Amino acid sequence: MSAVAQKAVSKFLEFIDADIAAYAESCVHCGECAEACHFYLATKDPKYTPTYKLFPLVKAYKRHKAPLSGLKKMLGLVPAEVTEDELREWEPLVYDACTMCGRCTLVCPMGIDIAGTIRKMREGFVAAGIVPEGLSVAAANAERTGSPMGVTLKALSAQIVRQEKETGIKIEIDKKGADYMAILSSMEIMGYPEIIGAYAKLFKQAGVSWTISSEAFEATNVGVQIGDGKMAKMLVQRIVDAAEKLKVKHVISPECGHAYGALRWAGPNMVGKEFSFKVVHIIELLDQLRREGRIPAGEKDGRRMTLHDPCQLIRRGGLLQEPRTLLDDSCSDFIEMEGAGIANLCCGGGGGVSANERARELQMAAFAQKLKQINDLGDIDAVVVPCANCRTVFEDGLDEFEVDLEVVGLGELVAETLASK
Amino acid sequence: MSFLQIVEGPLFYIAAAIFLIGAIWRVIGIIKIGHKRDLAPPKGSGKVGFVAGNLRHFLPRKIFAKRTWVHIIAGYSFHFGLFALLLFAAPHIDFARDRILGFDWPALPRWGFIIAAQFAFAGLIMLWVRRFSDPVMRLISDWDDHIGSWLTFLVMLTGCLALQESHNALKAIHMLFVDVWLIYFPFSRLMHAGTFFLSRGYTGATYGRKGMTL
Ligand code: SF4
Ligand code: SF4
Repeated sequence: MSAVAQKAVSKFLEFIDADIAAYAESCVHCGECAEACHFYLATKDPKYTPTYKLFPLVKAYKRHKAPLSGLKKMLGLVPAEVTEDELREWEPLVYDACTMCGRCTLVCPMGIDIAGTIRKMREGFVAAGIVPEGLSVAAANAERTGSPMGVTLKALSAQIVRQEKETGIKIEIDKKGADYMAILSSMEIMGYPEIIGAYAKLFKQAGVSWTISSEAFEATNVGVQIGDGKMAKMLVQRIVDAAEKLKVKHVISPECGHAYGALRWAGPNMVGKEFSFKVVHIIELLDQLRREGRIPAGEKDGRRMTLHDPCQLIRRGGLLQEPRTLLDDSCSDFIEMEGAGIANLCCGGGGGVSANERARELQMAAFAQKLKQINDLGDIDAVVVPCANCRTVFEDGLDEFEVDLEVVGLGELVAETLASK
Repeated sequence: MSFLQIVEGPLFYIAAAIFLIGAIWRVIGIIKIGHKRDLAPPKGSGKVGFVAGNLRHFLPRKIFAKRTWVHIIAGYSFHFGLFALLLFAAPHIDFARDRILGFDWPALPRWGFIIAAQFAFAGLIMLWVRRFSDPVMRLISDWDDHIGSWLTFLVMLTGCLALQESHNALKAIHMLFVDVWLIYFPFSRLMHAGTFFLSRGYTGATYGRKGMTL
């Protein structure tokens, strides 16, 4: 086996726990998972069948780690070693053709978590140095600045000043002892800075004491997207250090899908200890403040709207009800897509796919599936997209297909429809 | 010792032992790989999720059923038919009483047997035909899938031929295939029958902790 393949296989084996072993053992090759995957639905190419994307990892498992594999090896009944060529052939399947959305798990009779397994499989590809260029650039940026887009404190400060002027509310940086520390995704800071103003407005009304750290303001975790555990840990650690330094009780995860999963569900496992603070998603927090009567709803937005469920927040994040409760209060003409909630389709750009230029054509084909889901609803004025990454994918896709549809963030919508004091 | 006596005597016991020990070894082997303790504060129960995940995946979701109905019908038809035959065919109950358990239970009437067999055959054949006619299944299937289907088919077919129990040779052929099937089981994908609860359960537990049932 080549040294490159060896590195990948060692990582595969290191990451195969009882869960992945059970998946590898239980897959009956029925192919039903293909019918849930937007990449297969968009292309009808069998190579996009979810379970097929795992083949090299399953091969390594069957050869080296499966119970009875020793006996089977003696009888010549184990698969051959994974080769470097095979890994290179699979790399686009693992990186371009899986957004780690988890939809295939819903249809799989064995309940196999393909998304979670792909996440771990990518660790092997990173170890072997077989990763798409777009993602390596994002990773290098993150290594240097903590942000995949290279967003600096200076850039953030400029946006904060602008939002302070817009809202007339002072936003305190590095405020020790604040209850909440907000982190933001690069996309929000650069593309949708209004969300900072929306936080200021909402938290002022609710009487929430909050701050932004000058040392860890970036929520995007490119380590999780690319499958680099070391980097993912480093980026989480930054947030933990800043939160501990400022002695905050909560860290607010922003409208960004994978950032929530990275911090809320994977974070403590990455740094190897329970956090001294609670991770709360902005949608969860707004829902709580609404229920406590601290941000009462005012006049509803009358546009006909639907909600896109970001996979990492809803299906894989557990925030199923909260956005809907907020939307019921904020929007008078809200309509759900087919499969809304748990079975909603991915936008096609999650899991690092949108940062991977090579995958653009495939991503657009997948987005067309999403667009169809929306078009099936008839006339829609706006789609609420509570994830900055999905939002850029939407804007890009709508542009590409020349569709006139507004894309709005949930936090902004809640801020805009707040009852005036 | 006649051929029949061998295949339903010593060979059967050896095959059954390999089946049992191999299957248990494999399930325990998977569980023993273990997983790291999850340090993220849960929103729901992992244990409840394990059970919920197992139950939820018995029921197909409507949104996908439009596309996967052939599998749903064929899969349920085959598995229900097979279990009905395995557990309630009169010769099986006699065999279990005389050789293993010492007690019996009511058997399927002859018409019930025929219906169950028809469901089992129809389902198995549908799934097997799809294995090479459907491009997705063709790509992901391997020799293990085909051997598993063929062996199960032969066990069922010879079982039906031996139904009258009038010809010892037919019964012996059935028992021979049963023995081969039992020996093959723990080394093959037929093992999904013993591992599916782990696969569904582990995913269920992960999502259960997040407060979701997938
Ligand atoms: S996780 Fe999503 S993108 Fe990946 S294989 Fe499954 S359905 Fe496709
Ligand atoms: S649906 Fe599940 S069991 Fe069937 S091929 Fe896909 S992963 Fe395997």
